Formats: sequence, structure tokens, C-alpha cells
Amino acid sequence: MAESLLTVENVSKYFGGLLAIDKASFQVRTGTITALIGPNGAGKTTLFSIISGFLPTDDGRVLYDGADITTEPPHRRARRGVARTFQIVQPFAGLTVRENIAIGSHLWQRSRAAALEAANQVALSVGLGAQLEAPAATLTVAGSKRLELARALAIAPRLLLLDEVLAGLNPSEIRDMVPVVRELTARGMTILMTEHVMQAITALAEHVLVLAEGRIIARGTAQEVAADPLVVEAYLGRGAARRITAGSSHA
Amino acid sequence: MKTYWPIVLVVVLLAIVPFVTTSNVVLNFLITTLLIALVGQGWNLLGGYGGQYSFGHAAFFGTAAYTTAILQVQYGINAWLGLFAGIFAGSLVGAVIGVLCFRSGLRGSYFSLVTLAFAEVLRIFSSVTPITGAGVGTLIKLDLRPEAFQFQSRVPFYWIVLTLVALSLVTVRAAENSRFGAYLVAIRENEDAASALGINTFAVKLAAITLSAAITGAAGCFYAQYFLFIDAAIAYGPWISIDALLAPIVGGAGTLFASLLGALVIKALGEATKLLSGDAPGLDLVIYGLVLIAVVGLAPRGVAGVLTALFRRPFRAQPEGDNG
Amino acid sequence: MLSPVILIPAVLNGLMAGAVYALVALGLTLIYGVLHIINFAHGALLTAAMFAAFFAFTLLGVDPYLAAFLLGPLFFAIGYALQRFIIGPAAHGEDRNFLLVTLGLAIVIENALLYFFRADTRTINLPYAFDVIEIGPAFVAMPRIIAFGAVIAVAAALWTIMRWTDTGKAIRAVAKEKLGAELCGINVAHIYAITFGLGTACVAVAACLLIPTYYVNPTAGEAFVLIAFTIVVLGGMGSIAGALIGGLCVGVVESFSSIFLGESLGQIGIFIMFIVVLLARPSGLFGARP
Repeated sequence: MAESLLTVENVSKYFGGLLAIDKASFQVRTGTITALIGPNGAGKTTLFSIISGFLPTDDGRVLYDGADITTEPPHRRARRGVARTFQIVQPFAGLTVRENIAIGSHLWQRSRAAALEAANQVALSVGLGAQLEAPAATLTVAGSKRLELARALAIAPRLLLLDEVLAGLNPSEIRDMVPVVRELTARGMTILMTEHVMQAITALAEHVLVLAEGRIIARGTAQEVAADPLVVEAYLGRGAARRITAGSSHA
Repeated sequence: MKTYWPIVLVVVLLAIVPFVTTSNVVLNFLITTLLIALVGQGWNLLGGYGGQYSFGHAAFFGTAAYTTAILQVQYGINAWLGLFAGIFAGSLVGAVIGVLCFRSGLRGSYFSLVTLAFAEVLRIFSSVTPITGAGVGTLIKLDLRPEAFQFQSRVPFYWIVLTLVALSLVTVRAAENSRFGAYLVAIRENEDAASALGINTFAVKLAAITLSAAITGAAGCFYAQYFLFIDAAIAYGPWISIDALLAPIVGGAGTLFASLLGALVIKALGEATKLLSGDAPGLDLVIYGLVLIAVVGLAPRGVAGVLTALFRRPFRAQPEGDNG
Repeated sequence: MLSPVILIPAVLNGLMAGAVYALVALGLTLIYGVLHIINFAHGALLTAAMFAAFFAFTLLGVDPYLAAFLLGPLFFAIGYALQRFIIGPAAHGEDRNFLLVTLGLAIVIENALLYFFRADTRTINLPYAFDVIEIGPAFVAMPRIIAFGAVIAVAAALWTIMRWTDTGKAIRAVAKEKLGAELCGINVAHIYAITFGLGTACVAVAACLLIPTYYVNPTAGEAFVLIAFTIVVLGGMGSIAGALIGGLCVGVVESFSSIFLGESLGQIGIFIMFIVVLLARPSGLFGARP
């Protein structure tokens, strides 16, 4: 396996005249958790859509496990082992939780019975065991997020793209989710996650990328990135970093 | 896993009918009902399970009907071979339309409109081109021999259409129990999420429309043999495209017996209106239109939904299992 | 075959016919642009309006062009009621359901007309319907010219309503962002109904413009359904200018395919164009949402 499971090389994306992603380049090392953070509108979900194949790039390449997947459709990437969750959950509303997950399991299980059985296991691993028969439409936000995760896990991915999997969860729900995510790397998975919840990022991410206005403006550990004045300005506005340090030196 | 016993039960019950009555009225009613059920079962696979609402299923019905008719009339081909040729031709049209529409990513209402346009193109074309008899239509010569797929009595016709319906039920149930069926439903529920899970949505939809066209095409061939006359309006007319979707929607689109239940309801309604109002054209279709609106508005899961709601209640305490 | 003597009348007649198509399409694109639904009942409503115009003339002696002022508001009311009390409630907000409900409505209307008035084809005898005006090498029938002018007038009126009136602004708001409009206090169900009413009124006016030269029977409007859809797809869902230009284009295309393929196949040209356009651009030529 390559040292970097995912390499994004000089990817740019235009929406009409708007440059949404500006020459983004980074690598995600195999077996690690990398967080992609940035203010709203920075382009995080756009990047995810590009990596998972839902949006074409206007420039640059996406490499997965050494192979150039830039022009491959989403289902092909899924078969290679790239799974994603959606920021706005996309359950198969008319199906039960187990049937939802089974759709994922079916990628490797042809038989319906085997897929449903495999779905049971995946559901247990994310704590959805009690809701296997519930219609997906009746889940709470926390449950829907777990289902989103379970479905992605069901295709046995090696690269997992988590798009704000903690959004909408209250603090105790977040505390419950964090170990679930951490445990995934123990199983050999590589994770790229976007998040706004800083406590989760500091707890989980070994490497952090900061995206602002389509450009990656900082990289490092969570501590390094939080101290970076460019990052502070991206979130709080021009001059904020200076003002903060000036304010703290007067205190 | 869903079992095949309900199909066996229904088919056996229906098979008994000719032993219970010799009334031609009853037989004719059931034959036309089963015919519509067959047409609709094809639609049900693509529309009910797959969520792709075709408004032009006549394209498959008519192509199959014309194929078998023309092969017999102009080339002297045996009618049974014509049946297979017709089904094949219908599926081919399904595959072509599928490739064109799904390759382009046509979805939703646009897909419905394009299928309607295809059916219209075929209708206009067949109403002027000589091979189909143009405005006059195609008449299959009366030849009451079983080898020619024509029978003196209605009973053999009944067995045949019942067999075709049974086969279509078995096919759909098999799909329900297979990965293909699961993938098809996933596409209906959320096509993007489906492709994120590794589903080649184009391939699945293409297979669905081809199979759907084959089933509806079989109905077209049967129609040709039973009525011995088709023209552009019959083969490709809106009436068949409407029946194709009306039956399964009334019955509960996306369930196994939707088309059969729905066909029974609408044909029964049709007969009832004829009894009450005489043969004035149009009234039965008015009723159909009202039924469609009523079902969509009041009972979106159709007859099947109403029945399951009625029978599920006493069993609320038990786990739901596989929605068998 | 392609001499100006043939071409110019073909183009002119295509434009005139296209103008009426455009008006029908205008109604459809308005409804789609705001409600985001494809109104399958559009053709049937056109047929109903044609019957109304027919009887207005034969029973009440009302000139069809004057009848437009009567039937326009009447069909506005009918369209409003249909959307407010039947279509809206029955569809539960789902796109697929709108499609089916309007289809059901189309079936009901067309067959009710069939039941009450039989399938006979009727025409009216308007004394000045055969007056022609000479434009270059072409002789264009007077009704067609009136129709052309009327369509431009209606389009201008609609555009003015959309641009300058409060209702128009509300309609545009709902079209852009339904939830936001609702939060601003706009009654979305009411706006939907008004839009549907406007679209139906367009169709009523078109009917009045058609009957001096067109026949009336229960399936007359059917022919216009797909043509109207083609235009809307071509011109962009929700675009008034698009419907106008698209209508004129389609009229010309039909005119030409009639010359080359014969009368009965003329419509095929339109349908094939429809299919080709949608296959090439699955969201329509200018459209965004499918």
C-alpha cells in the first residue's frame, strides 16, 4: 500500500466565474486521521465531492493508492475503497436501517441473505443494533449520522471521507461518536474528515488542513494550526490575529 | 427472503376459474384484466421499484405487437416464434431508450417526458409507414389452430395470459430477493447515495428498463394474438401508456401484486361505469382519472398499502421481519 | 425546393403558428418556473378552453377575440381553484405526485369533454377568418397576424406583472426560494394557485386565438402538450423570453418539416428535436433544476 493513500494534486474547480477550489494539494497518509477545516463556504464539501467523484475537476489530479482516479465515476471509486458520508444525510428513507446498510454490504455480498447478515454486524459496530428494523426515516439526527457512517463502512472502504459527521449532535452525542471514529483507524482505515467541532478535531486528528476561500492556507497539528495567524484571520477576519495578540499583551 | 407461495396461491386460484364458469363474459373480463396486469407489471418494475416513471410504455407494447403481427402477416413466420421475436424487439427498444436516456443522466419528469415523446414518435411513424399498414393497421389472418397461437375457445388464451402473468410475478419476486432488486430500490430512494455505495446506476437502470420492456412486450404480443388487429393508435396510443402506470399505482407501486390488484380495480370500475352509463365513450376514462387523483391524494400506497395497513394492526407487537 | 417563394411563407407561417405555441408554452413555463412541476393538464385545459370559445361563439355569438377577455379571467379562476383545492392537496408536495395528479386531471378533462360533446370535430365560421394580408411573396391569414400581435401583448403584460406588481414579486420570490418567501409572510399556496391560474389564463387566450383557424375536438389540445413541453425545455424552464423565442423556433421547425416530410410527419420533427435536446442537455437548454 502506498504511504499516502490519497493524493490531491493541484486541484482547481470553477463554478461559473467563481474559483471554488484554488490549486489544492495535499496528501493523506495511510492509516491516519486527517481533518479538513475552514470557515463556511471555504469549499470543504466541494473538495469531498471532487475526491468522491461527484464533481469533476477543472484542473489537477486525484490519486488513490497510486492510481489516477480523477475521471472515474463515484461507483468505481467506491469499489476501489473510497467511501463518503454526506453532510446532509441521504438515507434510503423508505427502507429500514438494516436494509440501508445492506445496500452497502451488497458491494461484496451477492446474496441477499449474506448482505443482510453483514449489515447486522456493521450496525452493531456503530451502535445501531437496537434500531435494525426501524425505518430510516424515523431516526434521530444522531441515529441518522450513525446510519450514514454505517452505510459507508458496509462497503469495506480503505479511505473514509466523513463530511461533518458530528454536525447537529449535542455534546454527549459527540462524546459517544468520537471513540467510534477513532476505532476505525485501529481497523486499518484512513480517514479524511471535515468538521467544525474543535474538540473532536483535537481529539481525533493527527494532521489538520485549513481551507479558506478554496485555498489551503495552513497545515500541521491541531495546536500548530490553531496558533497560525492566517487561520485566525480566516475565521475571524482581517487583522484579528494582531488584535488578539495585542489584546493579550495588554492584559 | 420473500417466498413464492403467495404467487402460487394466487395463480392456482385464478387457474380454477375456467373450471368454475364457462361464461365468455367472465373469461373475457379476466383475460383483458390479466393483459393489463401484465402491461403494468413491466411498468411496476421500472417505475414502482426503480422510481423511473415512464409515460411511454406503449413504445414497448406496440413494438412487440407490430413485430409479431408483421412477421406473421408479411413473412409467414410462426406466431409462437413471433411471440419471442416480439418480446425481443420490445426489449431492444427498451434497451435503446434506456441507453439514450440514462447515459444522458435524464431523471424525473424529464425522463417521463422523453419516454412519452418516444412513444409518440413511434405512433406517428407507424401511422404513415407502409409496413405497418399505415392508417389501416395490420390484421392477422384468422387461423384457429394452436400452432398458429389462435384458439377457438377463450380458455387456452386465458391459460396463456395467466402463465405470462405468473412468470412476470415470479420474475419480480426473484428480483426482490436479489441484489439487483435491492440496488434498484436504492436508486429509487436516492440515486446519488446509491452510486456512492458502489452501484453502477446506469447498468442497473438499463437492466430494469430492458426487463420492463420485455414484460410489457409480452403483453403486446398477446394482444396481437387475442384481438388479431392493431393499428398505430392501439399499439402506441396513450391509452396503453396510461393503463401501464395506472394499474400499478392504484395497486400500490413497488409491491409484487400491485399491477394485478390495480388492473382488477380499474377494470371492475370500467365495467361498472359501462353498466351505469351505457357505452358512452369517455366516462370510464373520467373515472380512471379521478381514481388516479384519489389514489395519489388519499392512498399513495394504493390498494396494497390499504390492505397491509388493515392487516398489520393486530400484529403490531411482533417484529416486522423482512416486510414479507 | 428552397426558393424564397417557398421559404418565406414557410417561415412566416411558422412564426405565426409558433406565436400561439409560444403562448401555450408561456403558461407552462410560468407554472414550472414557480411550482417546479410539469403540468400535464395543460393540453386538456387548452382543449376545454377551445370548447368554451367555440360555444361562446356558436351559442352566444361572441367573437373569439373578444371572448379572450371573458375566458381569460374565467380560466384564471378555474386554474386557481384547481391548484388550490385539488392539485396542491393531492400531491402532498412531491414532484412525482404532481406529475400523476395533473395527468389524472388531463384524463378527466379530456374524457369529460369526450363524454359530453362526442368526438366530432367542429370548426367555427368566422367571416373575416379568410382575409389575407400580403407580406412579400407570402399571403398571411388575418387571424394569424392578430394572434401574433395578441401573443406579444400577453407576453408583455405578463412580464410587466412579474416585474412591477407586488404579486409578481411574490411569485418571483416563491420561485427562487419557497421557504424564505414563506418566512416573509407570503402565502405560498395562494401564490402557487395564482401562478397556475395565470398559466391557465394564457391557455384560454391561446384557445381563443386558435379557434378561428383550428378545429375543436376532445383531443385537439393533446397535440399541443408535447409541443409546449419542447418549447419550455428549449427556451428554459421559467423563462418568458425563452418560451417566446422557443415557440417561434418550434413553429418554424414544424413548418419546414411539414414541407419536407409531409403534413402528418411534421410533428415528428418537433418530438425528435425534443428528444435530442434533452439527451444532449438533460436539464434543458438553459435550465438548472430537472
